[in-house]
Amino acid sequence: MPKLTIDGLEVEVPAGTSVLQAAEELGIEIPRFCYHPRLPVAANCRMCLVEIEKVPKPVASCAQPVGEGMVVKTNSPAALQARKNVMELLLINHPLDCPICDQGGECDLQDQAVAYGKDKGRYIEEKRAVTEKYLGPLIKTAMTRCIHCTRCVRFLTEIAGVPELGMVNRGEHAEITTYVERALTSELSGNIVDLCPVGALTSKPYAFTARPWELKKTESIDVLDAVGSNIRIDTRGNQVMRVLPRLHEDVNEEWLGDKSRAAIDGLAKRRLDTPYVRRDGQLRPATWAEAFAAIEAGLSGLKGAEIAAIAGDLADAESMFALKLLMQALGSPNLDCRQDGAALDPKVSASWRFNTGIAGIEQADALLIVGSNPRIEAPVLNARIRKRVLKGGFKVATVGVKTDLTYAAQHLGDGVEAFQAVVDGENPFFDVLKTAERPMIVLGMGALARADGARILGAARHLAEKAGLVKDGWNGFNVLHTAAARVGGLEIGFVPGKGGLDTRGILKAAAAGKVKAVWLLGADQLPTNPLDSAFVIYQGHHGDVGAQVADVILPGAAYTEKDGTYVNTEGRVQRAQRAVFPPGEAREDWKILRAASEVLGHVLPFDSLDALRDALAAAVPAFATPDAAAPGAWGDFGEAGALDAALGPLGSAVSNYYMTDPISRASPTMAACTLEIIEAGNARTGTHG
Amino acid sequence: MTTLDRTLRSFLLTELVSGFALTLKYMFKPKVTLNYPYEKGPLSPRFRGEHALRRYPSGEERCIACKLCEAICPAQAITIEAEPRADGSRRTTRYDIDMTKCIYCGLCQEACPVDAIVEGPNFEFATERRAEMIYSKQKLLDNGDRWEAELAMRQEADAPYR
Repeated sequence: MPKLTIDGLEVEVPAGTSVLQAAEELGIEIPRFCYHPRLPVAANCRMCLVEIEKVPKPVASCAQPVGEGMVVKTNSPAALQARKNVMELLLINHPLDCPICDQGGECDLQDQAVAYGKDKGRYIEEKRAVTEKYLGPLIKTAMTRCIHCTRCVRFLTEIAGVPELGMVNRGEHAEITTYVERALTSELSGNIVDLCPVGALTSKPYAFTARPWELKKTESIDVLDAVGSNIRIDTRGNQVMRVLPRLHEDVNEEWLGDKSRAAIDGLAKRRLDTPYVRRDGQLRPATWAEAFAAIEAGLSGLKGAEIAAIAGDLADAESMFALKLLMQALGSPNLDCRQDGAALDPKVSASWRFNTGIAGIEQADALLIVGSNPRIEAPVLNARIRKRVLKGGFKVATVGVKTDLTYAAQHLGDGVEAFQAVVDGENPFFDVLKTAERPMIVLGMGALARADGARILGAARHLAEKAGLVKDGWNGFNVLHTAAARVGGLEIGFVPGKGGLDTRGILKAAAAGKVKAVWLLGADQLPTNPLDSAFVIYQGHHGDVGAQVADVILPGAAYTEKDGTYVNTEGRVQRAQRAVFPPGEAREDWKILRAASEVLGHVLPFDSLDALRDALAAAVPAFATPDAAAPGAWGDFGEAGALDAALGPLGSAVSNYYMTDPISRASPTMAACTLEIIEAGNARTGTHG
Repeated sequence: MTTLDRTLRSFLLTELVSGFALTLKYMFKPKVTLNYPYEKGPLSPRFRGEHALRRYPSGEERCIACKLCEAICPAQAITIEAEPRADGSRRTTRYDIDMTKCIYCGLCQEACPVDAIVEGPNFEFATERRAEMIYSKQKLLDNGDRWEAELAMRQEADAPYR
């Protein structure tokens, strides 16, 4: 541990630490543009120059490892002068267009020019101009503003694993470019907007609409995938303007997937803002009282077993808990939160959690992915796997349709035969798992939502036990969910009660007329034909699939519009906060259920969200401790039996990353992404065949 | 003695006489009052009157929706909404000034980087209804067109002192 002196303060840091990091340890700020703690060091902006004794010239502190006895001065006249000169050089070609730049007000260059720059420029010659680049529907460029820090290039190359940006030419002619004009295909591309220290890369959907100082910031949780990324919702008035990632080392570090970032314009489109009741075969706007009266009429005289409830992918834990209590009061055992029919065993918590934890991936040394494409199901988690791959000593294999995961993975086969071979120990990858110290398996919804899902789950448990995936202090059995509500629903026990039907059973019984009323809590990923003859109550926020078959629509709140609890794929309980109010007559979901329970004569025992949360924590203790994730309890789960190869290859549960839920399906930006990224990628060019 | 002096002065009406004398003196001096609204006093080029949004000589509006005036306005009288125009440039879709809130401090025109929002020489814009005091973007642009000659002159006159 070398000891060094920075500005007269002594500090001892591990060897290999840079001078800049050592200074940060002491709380000394050194200005920087290109340095970012999660990216490789480039040392090309030269803003972090410091003076080191016995070194003749100023040194870039981000790239200078500490040495024993080093004496560093960060604010000596020489260091300050060096920074002033660097700033003057950076500003030579930077346009003075801050008033029309979206970065204005939150710009590193603006701030540091004030703090470390000269008050006047001496450059009066012509400035250079750079042509704009097309980077897709999410990123707007103003390349003249670029200061060539290469953070975007390094992020896409190292973290996202999609090396589509690069710097060409030298000196005055240096440019960041995509080489060929094409939208970036990374699901994490939006992060380069946050990384850009100037206004060269800005958000296209957010362009020119707001200034950072007029935004209200609300810390919340993302629900558009099951990772539970921590986000900050920026709102202006009652409108969500943008979503930015928030630091959480164990979940999303500081990254966020493009869908979570840009699908928010869907929150203003196709919204249900008033109750609807179907009269004469047509949905007509109604008042809350009329809607509740229609529900009372629809449910009257029905036996408990004739009523069912299905929770969708975006439901918060509170409303699922309230609906469960209501269904129990009505005497119905038919409830399910697995609207895709995934064969997750509700009795054993280890069978549905990502037990290793997202941060735990970094300790693993072998990984088998079955029926999942983490790149599109959970891009942030995929970045974590890639981070582990880059460290080395990590073998990854996949079973399922071959895709580009952004890192090298051994492809064992498309179908269940390949998985069976691993389970039976016939495939050499079984030995890799067995000899590995901390092996992992990731089971996706593409495998579990199949008809033989329960058998695949059983086979995976068998493999986990045989290959030593579960041992003291390590649980390598993981399920990667695609729905933010799923784990919460399983924790609450939003699953069939005694003699109850699951999603497939409910749909079958509804088609046969045995289930006469179905309450859909934002369930939109269902085949709705079987529900045609049933009395359907749809409670949700978007006029999507579920609302079309509904007989009564209760307008609910989207995730930005309510205080809710969500449980991510690890089993981490996280609280989302309300950023804006629901539109029109729409209300928070637990309030709707509380009001409905009164009309139905089974009053739910809480009048406030706090009381509801207390009741929830009393029923499920995990909800009392937010932001804690632990592996589930191991047990016997899954079914034995042969896997069904006739069901075809194992795919991903998600076919189009940009459209997976009612919010992103309503989003114009996501539609543009589908068109410009996915369909443009599939288009045949002149060189095809 | 004092009593006698005071009595004598009041009987001889000296105060009245000196008062009339002053009035008489001013009758022969030039008048200082103005016959408003037919006559008006001179205004400084820095006089802060009714707002206007200016245009470039090409007819293009100057305002670039940077929102600095909105940010600096101490009375929070300005409301701006913006989005990219069809040609990709940054423009306002809404630029409202609530003239009943405005305190005519002139900070908006100080903050403006493109001299778009200015306070002009017009101070005669009283209305009969409060609603008319909420100025829209169109109204402000019309003001700019109406007063442009004078606005440009005022800018030029004040330029040497900036």
